[in-house]
Amino acid sequence: MSDALTQTNKPDEKSLATEGSPQSGRAGGLLRSTLVRHVGLMLLALVGISLLLETVSPFRVSQLGELTYFIPAVAGLTVLTGLNGQISLGHGALMAVAAYTTSVLLDQESPLPFALIILIAVAITALVGALVGAAAARLHGPYLAGATLALAVGVPGLALYFEETLGGEQGLSVSPPRASPNFATFMADVTGESLSGQKFTAYLGWALSLLVLLLLSNLVVSRYGRTWRAVRDDEVAAELAGINLGRARVLAFVVSAACAGVGGVMIAIITRLTAPTTFTLVLSITLLVAIVIGGLGSLVGAIIGSLIVVFLRPFVTDLGAEGGLNAAQAANVAPLVFGIVLILVMLLAPRGLVGSVRFAYLTRQAARQAKAQR
Amino acid sequence: MKQFLDLSLSGLTSGFIYAAFALCLVLIFRATRIVNFGQGAQAMFTTYIALDVVQRTGNYWLGLLAALVSGFVLGAVIERVIVRPVETGPEINAVIVTLGVFIGLIALAAVVFGNTFEPFRAPFGLEGFQVGDTSINLTPTNVFNIFAVVVAMAALLALFRFTSLGLQMRASAFGQEVARLLGVRVGQMLTLGWALAGLFGSLAGILIAGGNFISPNFMDSVVVFGFVAAVLGGLDSFVGAVVGGLVLGLSLAYVQGYVAPELVTLAALGILMVVLLLKPGGLFSSSVARKV
Amino acid sequence: MLEISDLVTTYGPVKALDGVSISVPAGKITAVLGANGAGKTTLLRTVSGLVKSRSGKVTLGGQDITRTPVEGMVRLGMAHVPEGRGVIAELTVEENLRLGGLWRKDDDKAERMEEVYEQFPPLDKRRKLSAHTLSGGERQMLVVGRALLAKPKVLLLDEPSLGLAPLIVNQIFTLVRDLVDRTDLAVLLVEQNAKSALGIADTGVVLNLGRVVASEDAKTLLADEGLRHAYLGF
Repeated sequence: MSDALTQTNKPDEKSLATEGSPQSGRAGGLLRSTLVRHVGLMLLALVGISLLLETVSPFRVSQLGELTYFIPAVAGLTVLTGLNGQISLGHGALMAVAAYTTSVLLDQESPLPFALIILIAVAITALVGALVGAAAARLHGPYLAGATLALAVGVPGLALYFEETLGGEQGLSVSPPRASPNFATFMADVTGESLSGQKFTAYLGWALSLLVLLLLSNLVVSRYGRTWRAVRDDEVAAELAGINLGRARVLAFVVSAACAGVGGVMIAIITRLTAPTTFTLVLSITLLVAIVIGGLGSLVGAIIGSLIVVFLRPFVTDLGAEGGLNAAQAANVAPLVFGIVLILVMLLAPRGLVGSVRFAYLTRQAARQAKAQR
Repeated sequence: MKQFLDLSLSGLTSGFIYAAFALCLVLIFRATRIVNFGQGAQAMFTTYIALDVVQRTGNYWLGLLAALVSGFVLGAVIERVIVRPVETGPEINAVIVTLGVFIGLIALAAVVFGNTFEPFRAPFGLEGFQVGDTSINLTPTNVFNIFAVVVAMAALLALFRFTSLGLQMRASAFGQEVARLLGVRVGQMLTLGWALAGLFGSLAGILIAGGNFISPNFMDSVVVFGFVAAVLGGLDSFVGAVVGGLVLGLSLAYVQGYVAPELVTLAALGILMVVLLLKPGGLFSSSVARKV
Repeated sequence: MLEISDLVTTYGPVKALDGVSISVPAGKITAVLGANGAGKTTLLRTVSGLVKSRSGKVTLGGQDITRTPVEGMVRLGMAHVPEGRGVIAELTVEENLRLGGLWRKDDDKAERMEEVYEQFPPLDKRRKLSAHTLSGGERQMLVVGRALLAKPKVLLLDEPSLGLAPLIVNQIFTLVRDLVDRTDLAVLLVEQNAKSALGIADTGVVLNLGRVVASEDAKTLLADEGLRHAYLGF
């Protein structure tokens, strides 16, 4: 029986090429080479993204920007739900925390340096994540879902309550950070055109996203990742092995909250408006759609899921508009499609894209090995 | 003092509706051990159908009937088509499926019925009753709401207690395999459970709508409140759901009046966390051990 | 009455039943014995349809019921009292019994309920009480009574003596024997307690690893020391 959670016991790595590689004698050596490999991948990706950003249309640039607020949040959520087994419907609310923190800090007369703002926002979100995680550590399944659902529905109310600071219904407008003169000149020299604000934001977002992915991919193969999986698969056995269940769960929550925080920072500076309407339940469920499509627990799946979500949205909205719907109605075609996709994936391929591919590959490999042994 | 009385009355009135909603969640949970997060969206959708009927016929009661019937049918269809394949699998799959229903139905309603707020007719007056020379916070519509919920609950109770169908449903919920051996068509009983839950949810939805505005998201908070109420009473208990609903209704009314209306949902979350951390089985945990 | 032919049931690669053939005639008790894991419970579960067989045939009164779904078996006259008894603890004694007779269209339901209460006085005392208050022996009485309310032609009993004191076991077995002698009921009795089972059975069938290794008259089986030692533990 396949379920969304059961991944094989292979560590989730960004590169499928490492599947089945023999364990080297020194664990430290293995880790270092994994780290090096991941850093290399990230640098390659950065170069690739830069090429893309410089060559595509402004619309695509904005989509590439949109990806940067999904990818960190989705990656963090897939680790939490896939690896550690905790389902959270409240990560949209966590993104809201970071977004509002960022907006408020940027709204000052002389705002702090942006790097510091990012750190503060992420730290605050991680703290909230620790609180939520501590409360949620003893909850399972539907109870956890219900509690985080309440969080997602309830947090926008805070923005309305603290109207003066948080902008109430209208929200806060955000002035995104500008590129430093050095970077701007550098980019202008390299590309031959001046660096647009939108592109700079995208670069920033991608740098952050790749950093998050790097950190997560190393965490996932580390002791922490193994602990999280153990807690998910068999609590009793994990406890008997000396694992502190509560601490492991809270840590997973904090890490995923921090990732959602990065996403929240990006959503503020990309959409330039932080209002309660951005952070409805639809956002939290969209994150869920992304991790389900990709396959729970897979970072590659998180990227694929984010890609699908971001590029599917305008596509179906346009379909709706062409079909005669007005703007408000067409905007709802995307969530409708997401709901249907969620149901279909659960019914037909609960392992998600990456999970199903991996399962098929490993099954075939096992069959081949069995045949070879006869 | 008057504010306290007004808030209490308002709390009781909403409490009954939360109780009705909690009842559907318990109904489904007892039968299939799934929490149907899509219940609110189902109720919202059928309320829109009712609105359509009311607008065409000018008759509230036909609208009510339409809501109940469509709720029943929608619940049955969702169970049979969407939930049945994931009923036996891991919990998380079913949770995700009901969330798909949640978001899908809301989006569908926005596309089909529009995204704006629509007024819904109230069946009776909306003026508070006069006691002496002041008016209290209880309207004829409120009284009707309470009456409707109580009647529905009594009907459900009678169904379960006194009919063979109810007996079969309970047997299916408590001992699926044994029930099958005894000839009970368990699959049909599960579908019936979801259908009845759908009916109840639709009742809650249309009662909330009376005299108010509806929008595709109008039942979002009610799902949360219904869930908290059900957990308060222990997800396994009907009586618990009713008491949980009333307790929650009152508590939230006081939060709304004395603290702030924007923080009501977070207050519900707070209550939920307190219950789950202190008495996870609810205030009335079922003491019957599932032994055979 | 009940004919089982070449029944094969598999759980994945494991053959729990490997071509089992048993005859369960009306008015007789056929005991199925053997060690743990021999396939006894799987046999009953396959016959009543809880588990799908790989191949083979089951007929009831000549009618092929191999592919009949579980829910239909009661209507065809087969009652299965499962392993662990199958009391629905959350319901009352009376409600449990009512479930037994649901499918009969007769008008004498109330009378027959009274008959069951007469036969099992402890149940009579606890009609409206929740079934979880019953002791092991009382539960066994409840499920047998419940099964009989369906007026079955064949009764499948899975380890009724499990967890019960010898006195109660005796009571229940005597009751079943008595019933079979009075009516035409066919009983397929699965038991670990081979000695007591053979005491009331007409035929004894020994299963080992999913196969029938002996099928004899009960008294003959009791007398065959070699067989007893090898498969039945006494």
